Amino acid sequence: MELSGGQILVECLKAEGVDAVFGYPGGAVLHIYDALFQQEQVKHILVRHEQGAVHMADGYARATGKPGVVLVTSGPGATNAITGIATAHMDSIPLVVITGQVPTSLIGNDAFQEVDSVGITRPCVKHNFLVKDVRDIAATMKKAFYIATTGRPGPVVVDIPKDVTDPRVIVPFEYPASVSLRSYHPTVKGHSGQIRKAIDLIVNAERPMIYSGGGVIIGRAAEQLTRFARLLNYPITNTLMGLGAYPASDRQFLGMLGMHGTYEANMGMHHCDVLIAIGARFDDRVTGNLAKFCPTAKIVHIDIDPASISKNVVVDVPIVGSVKSVLEEMLPLIEDAGGAKQPEALAAWWAQIAQWRDMRCLDFKTNGEVIKPQYVVQKVWEITHGDAYVTSDVGQHQMWAAQYYGFDKPNRWINSGGLGTMGFGLPAALGVKFAYPEEEVVCVTGEGSIQMCIQELSTALQYHLPIKVVSLNNRYLGMVRQWQEFFYSGRYAMSYMEALPDFVKLAESYGHVGMRIEKASDVEAALREAFAMRDRLVFMDFQTDPTENVYPMVPAGAGLNEMILV
Amino acid sequence: MRHIISILIENEAGALSRVAGLFSARGYNIESLCVAPTVDETLSRMTLVTRGDEQIIEQIIKQLNKLIDVVKVQDMADAPHIERELMLIKVQALEGSRNEVYRLAEIFRGQIIDVSESSYTIQMVGPGHKLDAFVTALGAIPVVEIVRSGALGVARGPRGMTVPDA
Repeated sequence: MELSGGQILVECLKAEGVDAVFGYPGGAVLHIYDALFQQEQVKHILVRHEQGAVHMADGYARATGKPGVVLVTSGPGATNAITGIATAHMDSIPLVVITGQVPTSLIGNDAFQEVDSVGITRPCVKHNFLVKDVRDIAATMKKAFYIATTGRPGPVVVDIPKDVTDPRVIVPFEYPASVSLRSYHPTVKGHSGQIRKAIDLIVNAERPMIYSGGGVIIGRAAEQLTRFARLLNYPITNTLMGLGAYPASDRQFLGMLGMHGTYEANMGMHHCDVLIAIGARFDDRVTGNLAKFCPTAKIVHIDIDPASISKNVVVDVPIVGSVKSVLEEMLPLIEDAGGAKQPEALAAWWAQIAQWRDMRCLDFKTNGEVIKPQYVVQKVWEITHGDAYVTSDVGQHQMWAAQYYGFDKPNRWINSGGLGTMGFGLPAALGVKFAYPEEEVVCVTGEGSIQMCIQELSTALQYHLPIKVVSLNNRYLGMVRQWQEFFYSGRYAMSYMEALPDFVKLAESYGHVGMRIEKASDVEAALREAFAMRDRLVFMDFQTDPTENVYPMVPAGAGLNEMILV
Repeated sequence: MRHIISILIENEAGALSRVAGLFSARGYNIESLCVAPTVDETLSRMTLVTRGDEQIIEQIIKQLNKLIDVVKVQDMADAPHIERELMLIKVQALEGSRNEVYRLAEIFRGQIIDVSESSYTIQMVGPGHKLDAFVTALGAIPVVEIVRSGALGVARGPRGMTVPDA
């Protein structure tokens, strides 16, 4: 088969089973768009800003587990995509981002819409390529998908100069059947000696704690994790990225841990004697003050990325491997060992945990008709039967969504955990809805975050992606305001959102349904009305309590046992 | 502690900036960095000198291994090894000090590779501390300029850094 570079690129996408590309055309990618236009199999979703394209592909990838694909032009197309690429990189999300580049003869000349895309993306990708010859496109794309989706996943950028996709240059095309790189061999199987050592520590624990993260979701190991925890009857906490890996409604689940984690999860971490970290990376929002972190624990750490191990916290038994493979190997060994060996100590530990639970740290006070944001999230959970795909932006609403929407299944909770990117929620929700048109998709956001990518409401109309936007509008950049209240004596520097738009009219002008809800007693009816409109995007502008804070809270620099409860 | 780290990396455009970028992004220190082709023209060998405690060196090695283009990383401190550095040093050599410079160069087994009326340029090879010692030994004799290669390291014994199969 003899094809042009643009056609080859499209054939590569087909060969990888790509059903959608999220993108925005421009000069350097016109040849590729022309090739895309002349086929039906790979659909293209035209966004309104390149950042939106990457977040959409990212949401698609997080929900489906398949790599998301992005196509943008050179220069500003590529730079606008950076925030999305960095977001995916921090959360280990597989993406293949194709950026156009000026023709090879002009590279380095400060040509129109030229930027060094490979250079500018280098610190925030898993890997990147500049393709200088049309004959290299197929092999490069094969490598890009392979690298993006294996090991610890991440975004891969493929930069393609315009002349490389010239329709007048035709070369033979064959998509490589396999790929192998001498410099890249991700470890999947855990070291059996290390696994045995870990099992010995795990089954003999007196005050065990399972701490699992996003690696379990990305590694498709929620089922194995659940079996592991149940077999041992050990308490388990999830990180922000790991929510849904273990059913939130289960009695062994202690909730999220970390800065806004539950009292029982953080106290459990602080007092445990064996910590079993699974697909988590000891992020600073999780550990609090490292010097005070898990002072009495021996730590087992399972992670696919050797560089994650002993990076922040030195661990006792490291196991490098895929979470799924290692847990699969551990399960029969635990059964052979007869399960947990310290039943009396474990019973005492559960009794201690019950006392911590009795603090009921997530209870909140209602105040007449003032809408409490936590209440809105609880009602969303009720009405969607806890089974919606929920995306969020970043700030207080993100924490409330994480705390009050109990996820029982993996891949349902989609948020920017590592980079903390405002503007992520709406486009990510559209990516999820594109993948799963029959599923309920909710974007929990705030009036600050939603305005960072609000233009994608237009994309939602064009491609008929009827998600539900739940905006917790407190007229403040709430998390900023909260820190200013606690740590800056209430000097609310630039955190008040003056001159907000009328979100109802705004939604309507984009062709959607807008609702403004001002009273607590109207919340449930409004939600029911909105969710009954299955085929419309409904933007719900909840006027929430501006003074509400996210609790509990571990202040920066404190240990996990030093929490502010209310 | 000072460590010499040897890296085999795919000989591709941008390979050096991936390594240099990693060090600056993560705040690791680079004392010297040397890059050149190897017998296998598809590979480059980098020799990097850095400092850090055990945990930092371990992270540096892991992060280097994580770079997709890096084929192999070896910490020279793990086994007996030889360290060498090349220095080209131009020293003022006037009537009064000419003989002294010549004698010092001989003692340190340097070679004079360029001569002018007022200067000697000396080539000297050795571990970094030997080169430092020569500079100290020059005492008050003015140095015009120093060019140093940065350290190179190679393991003792018959084995070389091998490339794993694809």
